[in-house]
Amino acid sequence: MAGLIGRKVGMTRVFNEDGLAVPVTVVEAGPCSVVQVKTEETDGYRAVQLGFGARKAKHSTKAEVGHALRADLEAAPAILREFAPAESREYEPGQSITVEIFEVGESVKVTGTSKGRGFQGAMKRHGFAGRPGSHGHPKSRIPGSMGPGTDPSRVIKGKKLPGQMGNVRTTVRNLQVVKVDPERNLLFLKGGIPGSRNSYVLITK
Amino acid sequence: MSDLLRELEAEQLRQDIPDFAPGDTIRVLYRVREGEKERIQPFEGVCIARRGGGTGETFMVRKISSGIGVERVFPVHAPTVKGVEVVRKGRVRRAKLYYLRGLKGKAARIQEKRTR
Repeated sequence: MAGLIGRKVGMTRVFNEDGLAVPVTVVEAGPCSVVQVKTEETDGYRAVQLGFGARKAKHSTKAEVGHALRADLEAAPAILREFAPAESREYEPGQSITVEIFEVGESVKVTGTSKGRGFQGAMKRHGFAGRPGSHGHPKSRIPGSMGPGTDPSRVIKGKKLPGQMGNVRTTVRNLQVVKVDPERNLLFLKGGIPGSRNSYVLITK
Repeated sequence: MSDLLRELEAEQLRQDIPDFAPGDTIRVLYRVREGEKERIQPFEGVCIARRGGGTGETFMVRKISSGIGVERVFPVHAPTVKGVEVVRKGRVRRAKLYYLRGLKGKAARIQEKRTR
């Protein structure tokens, strides 16, 4: 397992060897520092806590600064996340992890918060067909029937209805790594990833 | 678009493509792959449109091939385009020359641009 915390930069395209344009998402991934290593003995489970970015001193609490100081970090990271440790690797606090853990051609998983769309109707949220826009139909975007009638005389749980769309934790799997740029800490992934530009994402193998 | 993205795109832009605009007659040297072999296929015609920006910029070329109008869209910065030669500069008054589709023969001619 193991992964990195990153920031979505945006989408562009790169040309591959065949000259075809490949759509890619650019992610500024790492360098992440290991802030804490959780072990079976002390915490009851194994995990690596990684930190990404830096928070200004005036915006961080003493507890956050103190926690970072145990890993010899000057400032508290902007974001802390836990990852399952990689089998083949030893971790210790203060260690820095870079994009070099990823290889070109490898497939990865990206977790982030999808863009919030607010309260949306059934057509946009679930792709319902709606009703004809003319020929005497008064409402055209309504969700339609709620299901069977007298029996069971209730609406089945889980019925797709209007409601909040987006702004939820979303994972996209099997994204191919197209390019790794260790100098600028950039990762080029084929296809789209959840969230808006500048939002934080977790990249795992 | 963020500055970093623009920078990344700028690295991929090709500097060896000459300046050409809609109205110009151009010759596109397109790489075609046939199995193992690679071959250059020239396509000569009038550039009738350019659209998009950055690495995604494309242009459309129109030619009359054995009496039938053929149009092809090429990406400006893709490595599949080996090169572009400007055969003749044309003087036109609009950016998209789609009106040429409705014209043929003498009417579809474009005046040469005179540079002083």
